[in-house]
Amino acid sequence: MDRKLELIDLKKAYTPKVVPVKNISLDVQQGEFLTLLGPSGCGKSTILRLIAGLEQPTSGRVMINGRDVSRLSPGDRNIAMVFQSYALYPHMTVYENIASGLKLRKTPHAEIKDRIREVADFLGLHELMDRKPSQLSGGQRQRVAVARALVRRPDLFLLDEPLSNLDALLREHVRAELKQLFGSQNAPIVYVTHDQTEAMTLSTKVAVLNNGYLQQLDRPDVIYSHPATQFVAGFIGSPQMNFLQVPCDDGNAYVGATIIPLPKGSTTPKSIVLGIRPEHVHLAQGQNEPILKGEVFLTENLGMHDLVSARIANATGEAMNVRAILPVHSGFRNGSTAGLAFPIEQIHWFDTTTGDRISNNPSPMMA
Amino acid sequence: MKDILREREQRTGWLLTIPALLILALVFAYPIVRAFWQSLFVQNLGTQLNPEFTGVANFGRMAQDGRFWRTMFNSAVFTFSSVFLELILGMGIALVLNQQFRGRGAVRTIAILPWALPTALIALGWTWIFNDQYGIVNDILLRFGLIKTGINWLGDPTLAMISVTLADVWKTTPFISILLLAGLQSISNDLYEAQAIDGASPWQSFRQITLPLLMPQVVIALLFRLAQAFGIFDLISVMTGGGPGGATETVSLYIYSTIMRYLDFGYGAALVVVTFLLLVFAVAIAAYFLTRSRAKAAGEI
Amino acid sequence: MTTVFPDAIISKKPRAKIGRKIVLPMAIALTVIFCLAPILWQLLTSVKLNADIAAIPNVYFPTRYTLDHYRELFQRRPFLNYILNSAIVSFASTLLALGVGAPAAYALARLRLQGERWILAAVLIVTLFPPILLFLGLLEVVRYLQLGNNYLALIIPYTAINLPLTILVMRSFFQQLPKDLEDAAKVDGYSTPRMLLEIVLPMTIPALVTTGILTFISAWNEFIFALTFITREDMKTVPVAGAQLGGASPFEIPYGPLAAATVLGTIPLVLLVLFFQRRIVQGLTAGAVKG
Repeated sequence: MDRKLELIDLKKAYTPKVVPVKNISLDVQQGEFLTLLGPSGCGKSTILRLIAGLEQPTSGRVMINGRDVSRLSPGDRNIAMVFQSYALYPHMTVYENIASGLKLRKTPHAEIKDRIREVADFLGLHELMDRKPSQLSGGQRQRVAVARALVRRPDLFLLDEPLSNLDALLREHVRAELKQLFGSQNAPIVYVTHDQTEAMTLSTKVAVLNNGYLQQLDRPDVIYSHPATQFVAGFIGSPQMNFLQVPCDDGNAYVGATIIPLPKGSTTPKSIVLGIRPEHVHLAQGQNEPILKGEVFLTENLGMHDLVSARIANATGEAMNVRAILPVHSGFRNGSTAGLAFPIEQIHWFDTTTGDRISNNPSPMMA
Repeated sequence: MKDILREREQRTGWLLTIPALLILALVFAYPIVRAFWQSLFVQNLGTQLNPEFTGVANFGRMAQDGRFWRTMFNSAVFTFSSVFLELILGMGIALVLNQQFRGRGAVRTIAILPWALPTALIALGWTWIFNDQYGIVNDILLRFGLIKTGINWLGDPTLAMISVTLADVWKTTPFISILLLAGLQSISNDLYEAQAIDGASPWQSFRQITLPLLMPQVVIALLFRLAQAFGIFDLISVMTGGGPGGATETVSLYIYSTIMRYLDFGYGAALVVVTFLLLVFAVAIAAYFLTRSRAKAAGEI
Repeated sequence: MTTVFPDAIISKKPRAKIGRKIVLPMAIALTVIFCLAPILWQLLTSVKLNADIAAIPNVYFPTRYTLDHYRELFQRRPFLNYILNSAIVSFASTLLALGVGAPAAYALARLRLQGERWILAAVLIVTLFPPILLFLGLLEVVRYLQLGNNYLALIIPYTAINLPLTILVMRSFFQQLPKDLEDAAKVDGYSTPRMLLEIVLPMTIPALVTTGILTFISAWNEFIFALTFITREDMKTVPVAGAQLGGASPFEIPYGPLAAATVLGTIPLVLLVLFFQRRIVQGLTAGAVKG
């Protein structure tokens, strides 16, 4: 039977004013890894808790493998969860922690031992079996938490910011481990994080959330190249995308003295938001691209590149800031003028009021 | 959709709480309510211990009752002097215990002892200490030549009050100091360091940081101590029995003898009612100051 | 640990250095003397011969000792009974307070009850009622239920007196327990009763011990109810019996045996304090700060 998670019109309201999850519909198929990504307060953790059954939805349904589980307790949903703080039972040994879910389901002793041995091999936990959680390091505890989930062979895996409590170096290492571990799993996986790197590297699909609403649900590369809203465009990609609000007339946008043609097939708005990522802005080399002249006021060295900030004058004389990632030692001092080229196919256009994307290139079909 | 989880939670919650609430209601609420009702009756040896409804006659009698007013006065004097001394001494001890020094744990253990021991038994000890012939207080004073003959501590009205107050201060100061210590330790060291860099003297730091931030704690401690001191019974009963001549008789002792010795139940209930109302009044005032001092501590710093 | 006078600054000011070297040790010494003196004096008195006790000026370093006063306690009075009575009543009320208070504390900490604020307010306010205001009503109940000279007459009120502290301290403890653990238990498949018993309870034991010690001390020391509800000599508790020790004649107050009674009546508590000092302070501050 195909494993699948479906959320249908999910909504959670604590009070009429406090509605962390407003209207979420999505599904996760077998073999997929979905990340719920967004800033704090966007509702991602609440959605995870609704899926787990730790909270009840105000309206809408949660379906696992075609079964409506919205009213079932967490223990009856056949799910496993890895918590941000690992949530290991402090008075039980590592072995007992891992076995606890299986014991509650009256799994035969022999099978428990087999499964735990398998998982311990997988994660290298054999020497830790008799220790208590307080005798483990952060990384070890995390592995035990993952083992506890894996050993259950559930219909669905839920992970709540499992890397947040690790220091930066360990985080990269464990992230790669997690990818390999869960890559070989069949059951769908829902992962919550506010870190876009984790989302982009681990998932097959990313759901970007803001304020209880789903902003975009797509493959990571599509989210990067075709953000559906200004919010998504600004949230994904570091350093952040440049946003310039500029006036338009007769099919063109006017950025200072430069004229940039708008995408065809729509009425020209009064003004529009132009978005372009710093990594796509490059030094003008006389190609057939819109070129803007800006005065450099800040150069930050990022190791491999420089992040150069320049000021560009608008038509009305206001200054707009543009940041560009340029090769190191491009030789800019504060005050010097730089010619920055904006390749047209890398420009994103957004509606000034709704923030929605105004079609540029046609985006690939949503998965 | 009904939130079954929440409903189940509520039901479990009430199930877990009801037994405690029942016991509390029985022991705390019932006697007070009963006292209000009983105070409207006269029930003593004169009425062959049968209750006879008299409305507020008991309260009228109280207003005329010189002994009642004296006990009120005694209670007030005792309460305020002991609490005042306890706060100051307690603050001092708390400041000492807040320092780092070797054997701090041992000193803390010693500091808890007075609070942990039975008041009635310690009162026996204090009676002996203040004994006019063999007491150690007189002994020390005599040896230092400060007095010529032994002072009759427990036999003189004023001195008896002083002795009892001192005994209570000894018993309760450690408790107050622990409360204040908790408050002191919650004040971030950063604030003191900033003051030191600004060149403030320790006394200035104390006044500008310690005192205001500690105020909520102080008021809470004050609240509890006031209520406790007003109801003091063990100590005075054992040390002086209310004497000499009623000089140390507090309201609680008066209530007790009214009921247990004179079997004057209706009047005793009325005394309970009045004491209770006074307590409520004092607590309300203190609570008001508490919320104000809390706001101040949050707003000024 | 915070200090009132940060060390870094102290080392630079000579005046403050003197403060630390002289004032602090003096203050510590004074504190210790202040707290221990009366207790030590009683201890000394309990082993002095009657002649030394009544000597003027006082004998501070007696050359001869005696255990007669202690013997007298057990011969003339059923002192062992007193101790047993106190122990039984204190243990029972402690267990009851924990058994009733801890679940209530859990409900108030974890389950969002309607009216939670009112319950907490009531619990707090009730701690301010002096027992003297309650004893009349309870006396009637005791008489009505014929519980005079019955342990229950003390156990129930003591439980009630200890409930607020139990609830407040345990509640603050439960609030600090990581919520994740209970969520993980639910996802694992624990039912609520099993979760409370097998996951939450083992973690709570330290807090239960701390609270239990505080309630034990409070019950042991109680006086008014013990004085009023128990009149049979062999059922009395230690504080009441000690206070009522009389001599052969009304003019002879047995200071020796009185001191011995004080020592014996307080030894259990002294031991408790010695062993559990840190826990006691923890419990007191947790309950107090929460208020």
